[in-house]
Amino acid sequence: MSTISIIFTALFYISLFIFIVGMGKKIYQFWITPAPLKIPTAPTQLTQTGVVFRMIREVTLFESLFKSNKWIWLFGFLFHFGLLLVLVRHLRYFIPGDLPEIFLLIQPFKYAAFAMVIGLVGLLVRRIFVERIRYISAPSDYLMLLMLIVIGVSGAIMTFTDNHTDVMAVKAFASGLVIFDWANLPTEIHFLVHLFLVFVLLAIFPISKLLHVPGVFFSPTRNQVDDARKKRHISPWALKQEQDHAVKLEQTIGKDD
Amino acid sequence: MAAKEFDIPELPTYIEIPELNPGVMEGEGPFKSVAEFQNPLGFPGEKIENWKEVAIEKMGELKSKYRSVQVFLDSCVKCGACTDKCHYFLGSSDPKNMPVARQDLFRSVYRRHFTFAGKYFPKLVGAKELDDDMLDDWYNYFHQCSQCRRCSVFCPYGIDTAEISMAAREVLDAVGVGQKYCNQILGKALTVGNNLGLPEPALRDTLLDLEEEVEEDFGAPVKYPLDQKGAEILLITPSADFFAEPHIDGLIGYGKVFYQDGVSWTMSSYASEGANFGMFIGSYDIMRKAALRIRKAALDLEVSRVMVGECGHAWRVAYSFWNTLSGVGAGAQSSDEYASKLQNQLDHRYPQPQHIIEYTHDLIQRGKLNFDKSENDDRTVTFHDSCNVARATNMGGIQGGQFILPRDVIKAVCNNYVDMERSTIKESTFCCGGGGGLLTDDLMEIRVKGAMPRMQALKQVEKNEGVNTLAAICAICKSQFSKVLPKFDFDPYMIVSVHQLVSAAIILDKPQTEADDAEIAEEAETE
Ligand code: SF4
Ligand code: SF4
Repeated sequence: MSTISIIFTALFYISLFIFIVGMGKKIYQFWITPAPLKIPTAPTQLTQTGVVFRMIREVTLFESLFKSNKWIWLFGFLFHFGLLLVLVRHLRYFIPGDLPEIFLLIQPFKYAAFAMVIGLVGLLVRRIFVERIRYISAPSDYLMLLMLIVIGVSGAIMTFTDNHTDVMAVKAFASGLVIFDWANLPTEIHFLVHLFLVFVLLAIFPISKLLHVPGVFFSPTRNQVDDARKKRHISPWALKQEQDHAVKLEQTIGKDD
Repeated sequence: MAAKEFDIPELPTYIEIPELNPGVMEGEGPFKSVAEFQNPLGFPGEKIENWKEVAIEKMGELKSKYRSVQVFLDSCVKCGACTDKCHYFLGSSDPKNMPVARQDLFRSVYRRHFTFAGKYFPKLVGAKELDDDMLDDWYNYFHQCSQCRRCSVFCPYGIDTAEISMAAREVLDAVGVGQKYCNQILGKALTVGNNLGLPEPALRDTLLDLEEEVEEDFGAPVKYPLDQKGAEILLITPSADFFAEPHIDGLIGYGKVFYQDGVSWTMSSYASEGANFGMFIGSYDIMRKAALRIRKAALDLEVSRVMVGECGHAWRVAYSFWNTLSGVGAGAQSSDEYASKLQNQLDHRYPQPQHIIEYTHDLIQRGKLNFDKSENDDRTVTFHDSCNVARATNMGGIQGGQFILPRDVIKAVCNNYVDMERSTIKESTFCCGGGGGLLTDDLMEIRVKGAMPRMQALKQVEKNEGVNTLAAICAICKSQFSKVLPKFDFDPYMIVSVHQLVSAAIILDKPQTEADDAEIAEEAETE
């Protein structure tokens, strides 16, 4: 195997490791942090089913974002939806052997890359030119967008220009990573950049604002059932406190005269 | 101290997103609390020596105790969707009043101390030290947030700046930088039982006067009972209802509705306050202490129903938190001795606790109340959805009931009702500008500026529909509007309680029989 292949193979496992461990830790932290009080925000849902549907609408349609700002919604939606299609299309590289037929359905959607890049550029333009959004942006906010744009553009170059990479070699490399049967990877520069930035993205996922991906599912204002009058909802630390103090408080409070 | 001079905002035809004006609302914030008010709540009397370490430690504690804080600090993508949603930003144009920028005051410190990226690449991710300037910014700008949660409705992840502002205030209190208004009031509530510090005799006198007045005006012996053991309903209402205009007209209205229903009810001198300022300063413990008074009153008075008067955050605390904090509610497991004790006593044919609007609404539905709507014919009414009611609670157990029920009640007693513009009511309602512990004269500038979006929507319906009455079900809204309406050239008396409208139209025809009285007395005795 070439040196570069060895480096990229190693980078893949390292970044994947960071991603899995980091995300695991973060999700565990979200999971174990108690939510001591019910704080759903309107339109609150009175049933668990309502909550599930609300969450589905949030993550598939970006419902709240749609209510707040149509431009951010449009660009955000183009980007995320494009990304989703692109990701599913990429599965063909990682699945050893022939692609299960269900994934063939999506293969024609190669133009999704454009949706993704247009969305990202739109978001970047807003960030640069809309005063309020510029005000709240840190360097990392721009970098993140730029990185995704470079990933998208370098990928699109391979698909839509004459600079194709050797798709079979890519498949051998990528599926090799999955089944530990390592192979050389193509070394065109745009492919290497594409791949490298994807690894970077994986690695910074757990320490960056990309945490909004698991975060949205843990958001108490969105995932709680609004049934506070019907059920007592007490977190472990609050319960402990109650058990420690309940009797004492009932005796002391009110004896102020 | 003389109030700072400031311009009253003009009311535009459409609200435009202002150009940023960094630093216009910079300042010292509200009056600081002193040892006299801090210590009884368990907070240091003044800024402590090692405030920085204590603050960081407290932040760590809060993020591990509240999932909201942890998730909200990690999940913001700086999309900017919330930037134009805060009434304080729209009215003041200070960028630090944009919800995400307000959170970032807290988040940047969180990043610096609790995240990998912020520890090693602070500049890159906008992580900052907690220094004196930052603490000042916290004190100032977290007291320019009414915790109205409008921003949360519009954030794609439901990030609720109110939760962050509560956390920040909790840290501030922990290092001895408390706000005078809230903490002084809390002291009174926790010792005397209400925010005004009205002791039992004063309360009793007020209520007796009220009874006389009502009998004189309406010719019916409507009672306003206090500490009546064995009554069916315990009414917990904001203490402003006992004396202030227009609140007291609401209290008169509740009394008439109870009278007409023939139900026995009482208020408690021990727990005479509905408003729970513990929420504003973010303290679970203090909020719980205040709620425990209500629990105790309910147990002592042996009531079977607990009802809440017209107060926004009282209703939020009651509806969403009482059950958890002190068992006033339903559904406790039988193994839960603490909550079961009270819940076994309560009558679960009714929601516990219940809002007075739910109660009146139910009576109207069942045809138990008759109205002469023409009594309100001089009024064209619009309804102000109070933030805590609109965005954090429900009524009637139906989706959106908190919007439907109050409007139904108003329409049952008035002939002329119109809504303000859709994007400024219901879950998108604009705050009155005085919630969240901001209802103090030292914050008048931000209160007036923050009221601008609400006033703008009101101006439109005044102009187009002839609205001359603004009805609300929140004590803070009522007080705030009384003060700011004239600043925008409205009549300060156009703000009314919903139950004031009920009171005006209700036909009292059920003289309380002696049998009823005897029944109450008997019940009380047998207990
Ligand atoms: S809308 Fe939510 S995610 Fe977007 S900037 Fe505001 S708080 Fe952050
Ligand atoms: S005042 Fe309301 S809209 Fe503004 S930041 Fe606070 S909670 Fe959000």
